[in-house]
Amino acid sequence: MLHLIAARMGSLMARRAAVALTTSSARMASHGREVSETVDMSRPMYWDRLDTPLPDKAYKDELTAADKSLKQKEKGPWSQLTNEEKIALYRLMFNQTYPEMKQPRSEWKTIVGGIFIFMGFTGLVVWWQSLYVYPPRPRTFDDEWQAKQLQRILDMRMNPIEGFSSKWDYEKGQWK
Amino acid sequence: MFRAAVQLSVSGVRSLTRSQPGCKALLASRCYSHGKQETDEEFDARWVTYFNKQDIDAWELRKGMNTLIGYDLVPEPKILEAALRACRRLDDLASAIRILEAVKDKSGPHKDIYPYLIQELKPTLDELGIPTPEELGIDKV
Repeated sequence: MLHLIAARMGSLMARRAAVALTTSSARMASHGREVSETVDMSRPMYWDRLDTPLPDKAYKDELTAADKSLKQKEKGPWSQLTNEEKIALYRLMFNQTYPEMKQPRSEWKTIVGGIFIFMGFTGLVVWWQSLYVYPPRPRTFDDEWQAKQLQRILDMRMNPIEGFSSKWDYEKGQWK
Repeated sequence: MFRAAVQLSVSGVRSLTRSQPGCKALLASRCYSHGKQETDEEFDARWVTYFNKQDIDAWELRKGMNTLIGYDLVPEPKILEAALRACRRLDDLASAIRILEAVKDKSGPHKDIYPYLIQELKPTLDELGIPTPEELGIDKV
């Protein structure tokens, strides 16, 4: 029981710490710029996604007087709107068009670069370990030692039926 | 305690017996599936009815369109016509253009679907004054 409580306390503390971290970083990020609003995740949000053509909310929340008059004009026949007005109406509702969403981005360069950085760092760690952490190579790995070991196996005639020694021709002194 | 358990088991048995006639009827009518398979015509009719709702609201339009685009198909012109007319009733030109864009994207590598849709929708587009993305020049970055 005590064990359980302790574990729960631990996780709670960790969560509290994580929350403190994120809020402090948010505060830091907001410090330099004017924008300091927090996003209320419970409200409908705008997003650009190919698989949801109509997001929950319009892109622009606060309409200027010009936007409002345009919205009024939208209630009339659409054929009277000019193309510029139609595009303006589109941009009030949506941020990016489909071609803009599908534009190739260069984010992959960051990802590939990050992968190489971490692989390189891992290589450095392995190299450092080989210098300072691992014990020296065992003597049994030496070529000389292994040759002697092989000779000993043959001399002892180990596995003479199907194994090692059966492959050695003792009369000619060579491999069969 | 024991009584609760008995009650629980009794209700469980009752629900079992109750659900059985329905199962039997289904099995009698069709042995290989758990429900009526909707035909393409029924699907189209259902969606046309959905978008034809006279007092459709903005949420219903969004929900319907997002769901429809989520399916593995390109909607028939008549469904799209109903959706575009729903946009007109809601005075939402932007969504109408967006729907055309979404359908074009949905066609994927099949380049002949979108021109066909535009050809079929042309009278509606002209009537409502909805421009195609190509006419607005937003089909390219």
